[in-house]
Amino acid sequence: MSEIDEKLRSELQKQGIFVVKMQDLYNWGRKNSIWPLQFGLACCAIEMIATAASRYDIARFGGEVFRPSPRQADLMIVAGTVTKKMAPQIVRLYNQMPDPKYVISMGACAISGGPFKQGYNVLKGIDRYIPVDVYIPGCPPRPEALLHAFMELQRKIDGQKLSGADKAEFLKPEQPSEFPVPEFGEHDLNPPANPRTYHPPVVEKQ
Amino acid sequence: MSATVQTAAPPGMTSRLDGELLEVSMGPQHPSTHGVFRMNVALEGEIVRKLKPVFGYLHRNHEQIGENTTYLGSMPYTDRLDYFCSMTNNWAYALSVEKLAGIEVPERAEYLRVILAELTRLQNHASLLGFLLSDMGAWGTPLMYAFREREKILDLFESLSGSRMMCDYMRFGGCRVDVDDAWLTRAKQIVDRFPKFLDEFEDLILQNEIVIARTQNVGELSPELAISAGITGPMLRACGVNYDIRKVDGYGIYPRFKFRVPLGDHGDTYDRLMMRALEMRESIEILKQALPQIPAGPIVNPKVKVRAFRPPVGEAYGRIEAPKGELGFYLISNGGPNPYRYRVRPPSFINLTVLEDLCLGHVVADVMVILGSIDIVMGEVDR
Repeated sequence: MSEIDEKLRSELQKQGIFVVKMQDLYNWGRKNSIWPLQFGLACCAIEMIATAASRYDIARFGGEVFRPSPRQADLMIVAGTVTKKMAPQIVRLYNQMPDPKYVISMGACAISGGPFKQGYNVLKGIDRYIPVDVYIPGCPPRPEALLHAFMELQRKIDGQKLSGADKAEFLKPEQPSEFPVPEFGEHDLNPPANPRTYHPPVVEKQ
Repeated sequence: MSATVQTAAPPGMTSRLDGELLEVSMGPQHPSTHGVFRMNVALEGEIVRKLKPVFGYLHRNHEQIGENTTYLGSMPYTDRLDYFCSMTNNWAYALSVEKLAGIEVPERAEYLRVILAELTRLQNHASLLGFLLSDMGAWGTPLMYAFREREKILDLFESLSGSRMMCDYMRFGGCRVDVDDAWLTRAKQIVDRFPKFLDEFEDLILQNEIVIARTQNVGELSPELAISAGITGPMLRACGVNYDIRKVDGYGIYPRFKFRVPLGDHGDTYDRLMMRALEMRESIEILKQALPQIPAGPIVNPKVKVRAFRPPVGEAYGRIEAPKGELGFYLISNGGPNPYRYRVRPPSFINLTVLEDLCLGHVVADVMVILGSIDIVMGEVDR
């Protein structure tokens, strides 16, 4: 694909003709109308609502259409502590969302278990089961932090390729359409993590 | 479907053809379950015949963590119990530790506690009304109005404690940071303007025909059932039972203030809704008395040890009137740095136990409204 000459492009723009790649148009549309899943887990959900409410107004970024149904949502904001009882439902909700889909892990609990990490019932990070695009630290993160994460996600969407070897993950044929839903085993959730998405740091002993 | 297909009725439910029951699982992901709460509802047509609440989707081992950390180390965890009202949670916990160790609280700190608890009540009730109205289908406007006011109060909390929601403000024998005159002036301004918001909000909502149709005679709770189920807070007072721990116990310096306790007549959803609106007016009355009276002085008792704090052997139960009801902490000390037993008496969990009694016989759309009027926060229900 050859790049169009800049002079020709500006000349055409003066005539009211805009020449863009299909990919740019597609990404521009997608990034400015992200529909989040209306789904709160704990304390962070209140900050998520505050972000959507009057002062912070996520509508400025095109993300105000909170959908209660995962079938209509593009973005899952995991806002709060994920317990082991709740983790299977979250993976199931994620599986029900249509591609392309994104995940923001909001708050310390969703990242790693946060202050409740020592609890037997708390999942140590939602990235054990579903791929996470943006992490926001904080307990709870301020609404500005969620807006920042939202903008980071928009930047990520803007850079996704539709074709070629480095095309977006969701377009690759080997990408699974569903992630395995964990089940309660004898002691813990089974499997404890999805090896496809979860890459814990390897500690090498000297 | 052919007549030969027979579905086995669950035990206790009537069989098909004579009152067919449809089981619906509402939640844990539902736009108006106020968190991760699930209800197994058995419907006959649209009428609720059975309702089984399923808890535990947000069980975060709060009490176990409280027993494994020091007394002061549990203070930030209490913020995350009822995450709308961190100030009152802090106060209830501080009160029970102060009872356990016999700590006196300076005058200025008592005033600060009252001011912050009443501000918490204002923002909790305002956002509850917004959520309740959005459960009824007024998605957007009431919530936006309520959150506009809530943000102003959160600004006060943030400039004082450094955090919008998780304030971690109270300490044993006082408070963490002192307020300055500029803060008090700002608080006065916000309190003075709050009745204007309430007038506007009540005009907009409480006489609305749809609100009245959806809430009056829906989810009636009898005073007898409320008392025997241990219901507290605005939900109990909506049934006409005069029980407010601010008056009954007179903890802190509440006996110094003149305020009335609003009571309902019918105990239905409309009364519960009105109770919040009226309580906000009384909170403003308390704040108007407390803000000019606040004396100078220390904000924390200097005799209290911060490091190696070990209360004597014993047990204590401290309770306050949190915005949702009676919030109590029961502590047993064996003389060590951690409590031997740490138990929370959460108002929203105990208020939620009558949900089935309120919902039976109503249509399924009313379940959400009734649940919203109970005012639950799952962080406190599941702990």
